[in-house]
Amino acid sequence: MIKTDILIIGAGPTGLFAVFEAGLLQLKCHLIDALPQPGGQCSEIYPKKPIYDIPGYPEVLAGELVDNLMEQIKPFQPGFTLGERAETIEKQEDGSFVVTTNKGTQHQAPVVAIAGGLGSFEPRKPLLENLSKYEDNGVAYMIKEPEIYRNKKVLIAGGGDSALDWSIFLADVANEVTLVHRRNEFRGALDSVEKVQQLKNEGKINLITPAEVVALHGANQLEKVTVKNTDTDQDIDVEVDSFIPLFGLSPKLGPIANWGLEIEKNAIKVDNTLDYQTNVPGIYAIGDVNTYPGKLKLILCGFHEATLMCQSAYQRIHPDKKYVMKYTTVGGVTGFDGSKKEAPKAVVKAID
Amino acid sequence: MSDIKITITDREGVAHEVDAPTDMNMNLMEVVRSYELAPEGTIGICGGMAMCASCQCYVQSNHQLPEKSDDEDAMLSEAFFVKDNSRLGCQIHITEDLDGLKVELAPAED
Repeated sequence: MIKTDILIIGAGPTGLFAVFEAGLLQLKCHLIDALPQPGGQCSEIYPKKPIYDIPGYPEVLAGELVDNLMEQIKPFQPGFTLGERAETIEKQEDGSFVVTTNKGTQHQAPVVAIAGGLGSFEPRKPLLENLSKYEDNGVAYMIKEPEIYRNKKVLIAGGGDSALDWSIFLADVANEVTLVHRRNEFRGALDSVEKVQQLKNEGKINLITPAEVVALHGANQLEKVTVKNTDTDQDIDVEVDSFIPLFGLSPKLGPIANWGLEIEKNAIKVDNTLDYQTNVPGIYAIGDVNTYPGKLKLILCGFHEATLMCQSAYQRIHPDKKYVMKYTTVGGVTGFDGSKKEAPKAVVKAID
Repeated sequence: MSDIKITITDREGVAHEVDAPTDMNMNLMEVVRSYELAPEGTIGICGGMAMCASCQCYVQSNHQLPEKSDDEDAMLSEAFFVKDNSRLGCQIHITEDLDGLKVELAPAED
């Protein structure tokens, strides 16, 4: 069981900045995120795109903003459970919460802050009949252990980097690799596109374009897929052991929607007059995942919400303690790692 | 500059004739959102970067639209329910030339 003061669900910019504000109050944080790296949308969807409305930054790349936030919170030693999705929440007798992920990792904290953005990123699934029947019986949406494809016949669908990169990788592992894409053009790093071209020329990748998978066959286990050439409308059957559609990720509010929280317009209703708490005391929602009258889904608003949430969390965790907000310029930043940053003291010295 | 009329058929099949401003730097996806013609969270998910297909629509009138960028083209090649007249609403900037435009929202992916 991982124990912390504030359990933050979602490691996007809002969740990361909450660690800093909590740290100033000597509260420890742990973050859960379904993606394998911190940063949320900023690192997953648009790391190389500029943002122009972060106060104090005339222009900053989304990926850089995440790097800076990680640097800023480093002294507060946040814990991370990455690549796992928060699945269930249970209130304990002592008022704390236990949050369990889809992989069974348990976390306990007196305060839970949902900073889930648009939700957890789930693979986009193609619209095929029987698709769910073959999930885990030949159909997979991500490649966790490439070794299971050794000496197998694999068909990958998609036109982005992951489809290209896995086709290249599996060309050396699998017995047969087929890559199917709706267009002749691929959208990926130039050297990946060139490598696939080379492997195709060497006969190591069977490329079918412009085409799409239109049907799946097999008694229980996937045995065969039908691929339609979208230029000629001709169908061909390809014998396969595995079909891996790699069509990117799309966000889903997911299990959080069943946590007994008030939901409106795909977002969690919070009290914006006070502390961004949900209808369940002790559970807060900050950043893009929440809604209230006049809500704006902006990173800068998420930072503000995270700050007020931490003040409220402090009162909740330490009901008897008195606290007055202190400027970092005055109080400095004392990390849990023993580091201390502070403004240089003025010297008092006579001038002759 | 003035408003133009656009007819947007929502995902339930209901047609709405709406006024769209040409002087607010808006795109079609934002017009749909401003009139709440699709539930929040089901359209414009990526914010208008042509990085999701949640604002896909079918263009039903014969307006001359700007060419698709490579990003839009690539995204549409991975989207679902794509037809020959599919476009991403976020890539269609509202201009006076689009007066009378008719579009239908593509189904949500779920």
